[in-house]
Amino acid sequence: MASAAEPRTFPQLARRAVADTQLRRNIGNATQTIRTKRAAVVAEVPDWEELREAGRSLKEHTLRNLDRYLVQLEESVTKAGGQVHWARDGAEATRIVTDIAKRHSVKEVIKVKSITTEEIKLNEALEDAGIRPFETDLAELIIQLGDDVSSHILVPAIHRNRAEIRELFMRKLGLTELSDRPSDLTAAARSYLREKFLTVPMAVSGANFGICDTGTICVVESEGNGRMCLTLPKVLVSVMGIEKLVPTWEDMEVFLQLLPRSSTGERMNPYNSLWTGVTPGDGPQEFHLVLLDNRRTDVLADRTGRQTLNCIRCSACLNVCPVYARTGGHAYHSEYQGPIGAILTPQLHGMDAAASLPFASSLCGACYEVCPVKINIPEVLVHLRTRAVARSGPSLEKLAMGAAIRMFDNPGLLETAQKIARIAQRPFVSDGYITGGLGPVRQWTRARDLPAVPDQSFREWWRTRR
Amino acid sequence: MSAAREEILGRVRAALAGDPAGEIAIARDYRTSPGLSGAGLVDRFAERAEAYKATVRRVDAAGATEAIRRLQGRFVVPADLAESWLPADFVRDDGNLDHRELDAVAGVVTNCALAIAETGTIVLDAGAEQGRRAITLLPDFHVCIVPADRIVASVPEAIRALRGSLPRPLTFMSGPSATSDIELNRVEGVHGPRRLEILIVGTA
Repeated sequence: MASAAEPRTFPQLARRAVADTQLRRNIGNATQTIRTKRAAVVAEVPDWEELREAGRSLKEHTLRNLDRYLVQLEESVTKAGGQVHWARDGAEATRIVTDIAKRHSVKEVIKVKSITTEEIKLNEALEDAGIRPFETDLAELIIQLGDDVSSHILVPAIHRNRAEIRELFMRKLGLTELSDRPSDLTAAARSYLREKFLTVPMAVSGANFGICDTGTICVVESEGNGRMCLTLPKVLVSVMGIEKLVPTWEDMEVFLQLLPRSSTGERMNPYNSLWTGVTPGDGPQEFHLVLLDNRRTDVLADRTGRQTLNCIRCSACLNVCPVYARTGGHAYHSEYQGPIGAILTPQLHGMDAAASLPFASSLCGACYEVCPVKINIPEVLVHLRTRAVARSGPSLEKLAMGAAIRMFDNPGLLETAQKIARIAQRPFVSDGYITGGLGPVRQWTRARDLPAVPDQSFREWWRTRR
Repeated sequence: MSAAREEILGRVRAALAGDPAGEIAIARDYRTSPGLSGAGLVDRFAERAEAYKATVRRVDAAGATEAIRRLQGRFVVPADLAESWLPADFVRDDGNLDHRELDAVAGVVTNCALAIAETGTIVLDAGAEQGRRAITLLPDFHVCIVPADRIVASVPEAIRALRGSLPRPLTFMSGPSATSDIELNRVEGVHGPRRLEILIVGTA
């Protein structure tokens, strides 16, 4: 966590980020690449819009009946030999996971990438309990070894280049020789983690989908570290937000088309694992599912904000966002970045933690267009802005807006104000635009044009014509 | 922990309390099949699987037997793999090979549950001739037999056909393991098998 002295708000962090030209180039190239791939594989699917509508309506239907579906999932997972736990918040969830680890006296756990466990700061909790968590996803390993934070939901180390990764691996993995070729760097990570996969007795995962009628859990991945974690250890714990449910097995036919194409721009990602409880003789013989609330029910209670819970964490919105492409992920100061982060973080971590995020958008709507489950992100952003303004105390801006309302309501006042403005703006006008100004006006004109008040208003001109 | 359970369910119910009555209709206007069949299906599957850097060969039963016989090194195979698919040097997995033994073999030969043409995906469902999940995960080289008549056209067809496989664990594989985490350069072969060879046997 940042200390109070460090910049925390989006504008502060973004200013620092956009000054970093190397970072801007890395993020710009990366988002462009994924964007192009996604567009190509989506164009292949003639019924893409129908699939999106199916995804949206399935999610909405599930959320509207969430109590019933949660109970059904618990029942089917339990029947299949799994154990279900309920966690009201992050602290309760981390306690459940560390208790399971302690009961088995494990000193190490392997983890497959899970933003949900990042959200609840599980790694810190495990370390406090004397248990060492090993991230096994290549990017997560880069982040963990570098004591860094993720900057992209899908490609967490998108801000790091090969030279930096080479240096980090040599230093942290004790290698004397290593090239900076991605294939060599990947091989180094493979041999480092191999021993862990073969020996560590407990794994922690997230979950992409929990299927209510069959009790099946699905994890979608590329590297095979997911399969390793889900197959080799004796004990498996999956932490899943309560919004990740799908009603029936057949509904997976929708999400297994929407997710890979939106996310990595592939027709299908390399590996999907789907397991149902415990299978004798195959995989972990003890399975725990932790159902996490952590304010998700607050989001559910807000009828405009509720659609945020449709999110399947594909990251398509990050890759099309003109703001994200320039600031990168760290400016969002959250495990959820980009447009979805701008609406999810304030709702999950509270407005106090992220009051500036709903304003971190030009409301261009590109995110809404690519969202595979049709979350109207601009609508939720505006909704959260309203909430942010309502919560904030008196301010000069609010006073000014109040005065503006009175002024526009009263033609006489408006004309007087225009006359005063004509004189007051003189020092700042060039070419019909106000380019400088004082205080809040300066904040506006620094990045935008503000047309000057004209010498004659329409009403004045009209009077001269009669 | 039932206090947490009751509280969460209570919060959910409270959050939904003011909702208008009536169910949300689920829209199902998407295609369930891209309308491929026969040879077109096999061609599409082969092309899409190759796009992921899997090696794809189309053989008849005798050709498959010969190709597998020629494999170099010791291969692990499921306990019930048919005689005709056995490599020259093999070990049958009866469930007591440990992780290190699986890590040490040259590769693995299995059959599959089905394959999806549209996405180039193979699905294993821990059913006949596929073995437990660990044997197709630890070895570096996976040789997978795909009988042509098990290729379906689309994801929806596959999902519907797989309901009968539950509660056995399922693995969808599209090419060998891969990552794009370093400067978005795709690298094949991370933690899962580094090579995937697909033998499409027979005609649809």
